[in-house]
Amino acid sequence: MVRAFDEMTGLGAECRAGYEIVDTWLKNTPPELLRQRRHEAELLFRRIGITFAVYGDAEGEERLIPFDIVPRILSRPEWDRLEAGLVQRVTALNLFLDDVYGKGEIVRAGVVPEDLVYRNPYYRPEMQGVSLPHRIWVSIAGIDIVRVDADTFYVLEDNARTPSGVSYMLENREVMLRLFPDLCARHRIAPVENYGDELLATLKSMAPRTATADPTVVLLTPGPFNSAYYEHSFLADKLGAELVEGTDLYVRENVVYMRTTEGPKRVDVIYRRLDDDFIDPLAFRADSVLGVPGLMAAYRAGNVTLANAVGTGVSDDKAVYSYMPEIIRFYTGKDAILKNVPTHRCREPEALKYVLDHLPELVVKEVDGSGGYGMLVGPKADAAKIETFRAKLKAHPEKFIAQPTLALSTCPTFVGEGVAPRHVDLRPYVLTGADGVRVVPGGLTRVALEAGSLVVNSSQGGGTKDTWVVDVPTPQQMQQIHQTQQQQQASAKPV
Amino acid sequence: MLSRTADSLFWLSRYVERAENTARIVDAASRLAALPTGYGAVGNEWESALAASGCLAAFTEIYGEEATADAAIDFLAFSPANPSSIKNCLEIARFNARAVRTALTAEMWETINSAWLELKAYGAGELDLTRLADFLRFVKRTSLAFDGSAYRTMLRNDAYWFTRVGVFIERADATARLLDVKYHVLLPPEAQIGGSLDYFQWSSILRAVSAQTSYHWVYRQALKPWLVADLMVLNKQMPRSLAACYENITRNLDQIAHGYGRQGAAQRHARALYTQLESSDIDTVIAGGLHEFLSDFIADNGRLGALITEQYLV
Repeated sequence: MVRAFDEMTGLGAECRAGYEIVDTWLKNTPPELLRQRRHEAELLFRRIGITFAVYGDAEGEERLIPFDIVPRILSRPEWDRLEAGLVQRVTALNLFLDDVYGKGEIVRAGVVPEDLVYRNPYYRPEMQGVSLPHRIWVSIAGIDIVRVDADTFYVLEDNARTPSGVSYMLENREVMLRLFPDLCARHRIAPVENYGDELLATLKSMAPRTATADPTVVLLTPGPFNSAYYEHSFLADKLGAELVEGTDLYVRENVVYMRTTEGPKRVDVIYRRLDDDFIDPLAFRADSVLGVPGLMAAYRAGNVTLANAVGTGVSDDKAVYSYMPEIIRFYTGKDAILKNVPTHRCREPEALKYVLDHLPELVVKEVDGSGGYGMLVGPKADAAKIETFRAKLKAHPEKFIAQPTLALSTCPTFVGEGVAPRHVDLRPYVLTGADGVRVVPGGLTRVALEAGSLVVNSSQGGGTKDTWVVDVPTPQQMQQIHQTQQQQQASAKPV
Repeated sequence: MLSRTADSLFWLSRYVERAENTARIVDAASRLAALPTGYGAVGNEWESALAASGCLAAFTEIYGEEATADAAIDFLAFSPANPSSIKNCLEIARFNARAVRTALTAEMWETINSAWLELKAYGAGELDLTRLADFLRFVKRTSLAFDGSAYRTMLRNDAYWFTRVGVFIERADATARLLDVKYHVLLPPEAQIGGSLDYFQWSSILRAVSAQTSYHWVYRQALKPWLVADLMVLNKQMPRSLAACYENITRNLDQIAHGYGRQGAAQRHARALYTQLESSDIDTVIAGGLHEFLSDFIADNGRLGALITEQYLV
């Protein structure tokens, strides 16, 4: 495998723009101090209760996602390019959904195969022909991005259903500001703390036309046993919205109400963190006790807004993903600013043949899998595992896609033996409301803490980092910074 | 506010208060049990402690009639078999807190969450008395910090009022039970008063509610059983007395009614109980039977809880 691009040092030993101060800081800070700070960070996270639950793990009912104290930095010009690409991509996702649940022009034009859309397990016939207010389907998107060199960012995955992790983006920043105020103050870091306000504005802008001027927004959670419950309560807090469970809501004459100490209160917008399958036992899974009977009827009647809309899963599955460059061109008339990872669609015979011949080099994913489960990382797999996948592929080629193993970029990370490069990805959050698209600068950086590992998922031992979008200092500013640092070091030395 | 949220807040504060009350009872009982016989150890001190916590029946079912110190402490403090053991109370409190995190302030959440984490350091079977004392101090500190952070950081709205009502209903119940278990030592005819036999019993009741000093400030005389009863039933200056609890309950329920522009059975019931406490004097109460009075009160207090649930929490 080729050597990975390091975001601080590139391919050599030079320091890339934006990282100068962190580079010096890492060189001058004794490891004991870093270790001490990391310990403090962990205590903070534990005390605040930022935990997540791991399914199928009786011991670790509540665990911390490891936090790395070395920030991941994107320079302002890098971010500006990313942001333009994100806005373009999410705009196209919304147009695509509005089209496939409407006239289906993209299918009729032969750009995306019909069965991929209309036989997709996430396609919801209940939504066919439903016209949503403002025609926005994906209000909250999390786009997973990886980087392979100084200029190339790839979109690895679109998350258009209920993307999680944004609470870590916000809390990581808080913890950094608390632990390293000096280091933060020496940078011009774009703030992220306004995410809650932006989200609220987005959700309110989506209220049904029948709502009052100040619509009631709630956050619907599956409850305390869900792995992302901490995040749900955290966001509800930032929004100033009630955190409701299915049993707190009921529907009467196609209007949604919540049960309050003062009697029923009408609900206008539901930011739901519950999958389509569970939201309404009358419409979808009848055994769901998490949902609200009658919610779909109220939704289709236009009396309540769900964010994200029902049926968005048809746009973010891995098979449709491979058509994103075409989808973007179809709706915007422009080339995609952010590239896709080159993807082999195993449903196509030539592609399947190529994949079967090159299994040890490829990453094979299930089209509807998530969380890093059920995938084959060719270079890391033994012969037996490869053969198991070969059989699976042959049996159901349409269920898989394959991609080359990418040399994901690395970032300096504080691990057991000191500071060392570890692979990272990035999940920025894109908000789309009636009044436009908003992206809070940065996002969540996930880091694979094991040397050489490419799996960043928190469910599989990945950690997170604070992500800084910084204005690159001018040479004069740099000089000043160095002087101050030298003075501080001089004065800090024992006499 | 969501009914479920109000329900969780109400029970969250009740369980924190219950943990503290049980800690106080264990503390008082272990002091009394340590006295040489003849200094007031009239019966089995641990049996009284279990009865005061309302879990004597559950205890005997598991351990039989004989309440040894070890078994009783374990049952009151740690046992998962006792739904109201201190450890269970704190765990349930934390579960409720987690379910309504958005209704809590950061300080309240951090207090209850830290306590829950620290709780893991204390386990069953640890009967070393020094360690037990540490544990009881930790429980009281937690309750104090939780109550204090609620008082200092919560918005004065329905969320706050429901937590207050929860605290005071629980506290009134605890005080009434504590007195009821000891009512016989408060009742001997006047002839025996002043004998040293019951002195430590009375003082242990006061100790369980942190009122030894208060007693002297209020009455300025040696311990007299009917004054101990007066202090804990009718004296509004005494923060754990039934009257003080009901003064707070009625005030907070009225706030809720005022905020919502509507009152109901809960407010009326609470006010009736409060009026009854306000218009009583201790001689009449004792003449009518302290035990009967307290039994009625415990039932009435429980009914208020049910009325509140019916009116607001479902």
